[in-house]
Amino acid sequence: MNAALLHDLVLAQVEIRSRSGEGCVQENGFCPSWIADNFDRYVSPFWQHVYLTLVSVAIGFTIAFLLALVAHRRRWLTGPIVGVTGVLYTVPSIAAFLLLLPLTGRGNNTAIIALVSYTLLIIFRNVTTGLRNVPEEMRDAGRGMGLTERQLLWRVELPLAVPEILAGLRIAVTTTVGLATLAFFAGAGGLGQEIYADISFKSNVVAAGGLAVLLAAVLDLFILGTQRLLTPWRRAARA
Amino acid sequence: MTVVLASFFGQFKSAIDFILHERESVSGGVQVGGSELIGFTANHLLVSGVAVLIACALSVPVGLYLGHVGKGEFLAITASNVGRAVPTLALLAFFIAYLGVGFVNVTFVLVLLAIPPILTNVYVGVRQVDPETVDAARGMGLTEAQIIRRVELPLALPIIFGGIRTSSVNVVATATIAPLASVNTLGTPIINANVYGDSGRLGAAILVALLTLAVDLALTGAQRAVTPAGLKLTQGGQGRRRLPIPQLRRREQPT
Repeated sequence: MNAALLHDLVLAQVEIRSRSGEGCVQENGFCPSWIADNFDRYVSPFWQHVYLTLVSVAIGFTIAFLLALVAHRRRWLTGPIVGVTGVLYTVPSIAAFLLLLPLTGRGNNTAIIALVSYTLLIIFRNVTTGLRNVPEEMRDAGRGMGLTERQLLWRVELPLAVPEILAGLRIAVTTTVGLATLAFFAGAGGLGQEIYADISFKSNVVAAGGLAVLLAAVLDLFILGTQRLLTPWRRAARA
Repeated sequence: MTVVLASFFGQFKSAIDFILHERESVSGGVQVGGSELIGFTANHLLVSGVAVLIACALSVPVGLYLGHVGKGEFLAITASNVGRAVPTLALLAFFIAYLGVGFVNVTFVLVLLAIPPILTNVYVGVRQVDPETVDAARGMGLTEAQIIRRVELPLALPIIFGGIRTSSVNVVATATIAPLASVNTLGTPIINANVYGDSGRLGAAILVALLTLAVDLALTGAQRAVTPAGLKLTQGGQGRRRLPIPQLRRREQPT
């Protein structure tokens, strides 16, 4: 069966639908003026992309953080948790979106469930590593000052683990922005939908893809800034 | 609830049927599914394998050299950070738009995708070799090239294989969207759902998920097999998760 030919036909139809204009656009060049004129079409997919990313990372962070706290007390749980989240992590996102469709239907829910499953391993691993790397002397000092185990966790261990935790969050956010470009397979739109709509038109690909990369960079820098604010002692130590 | 579950199992049953038996396409006229998928799987593995091999051939020597002389840390580490931020769909689309479609271009994109994790892991793997071991080798009169080949490479192999595993899983996953560039892989029924129908799409998704897990499992086995006996001893039965740089031991990027 000639899938390539059929595929070309489908592409051709898509091109006719979304390209209009002359000169640069007809010749499929890179056209800044076309992007400027058609920027409106990227605005709502962009915000949808932001929405998918932030909601997924927020839910994923909550789940993974709680799992990490549990595993911090009961070490034997670490192996099974890493095993299960590791399998979720390995399944390609397109397959995950499509496998969820019969169960949860097209739309944001399906996309978010799949995207959450990818953040779990990253964040869980970084929170546990961060907690584990707290020097034993710090814990001893805390206990010597009369802190209970709970106070020790919230006042000593977690603050010291903040850099590791936020490093995990950064990886999770940039990764999720990338994966969300495929969320249109789950019927959840996003910037990927725009890329896919006319994948051989340079201006379109550069605009939509560029926005995705830009979003990842901005969110990454935002978390980095938060980390600086949350850990003033590290700045002092460096100075 | 029962209705949802019934339709759920119905769709999966139809998808499995698509994998096992040929059927007429949605638009009619051609037979799809069944044995056709063997060819798709073979092509999927071919394009992925070629890409990973080329990426290894390019990044292992460079990583070994940079790690040995201790230069280029910024390049080796930043490569994988930047790689993570660029969506694979955007990368593929960019090269389709600028280079055009076809096997060579898809392979090129997959090679670009596969290089960063391998390069980073080769570099980190060489750097984490105990400097005293390297000194001892130098003291025994080994040349620098011999040190790289006989000391640093074997000791870095488990971490290098971790990188190859990361890349391979990424590449196999990304080859799913290769049909966008007119290369038939297991993604073909997913991209051309108007021909293959929803059950074809779901069936292909099941196969892609299984294929990726199989590749991951096979390379985990390979990683264990290439770990020098001495390294296994020092890890004291804790298995591969206990090596010096745990963050880089597992895959860094889902796909």
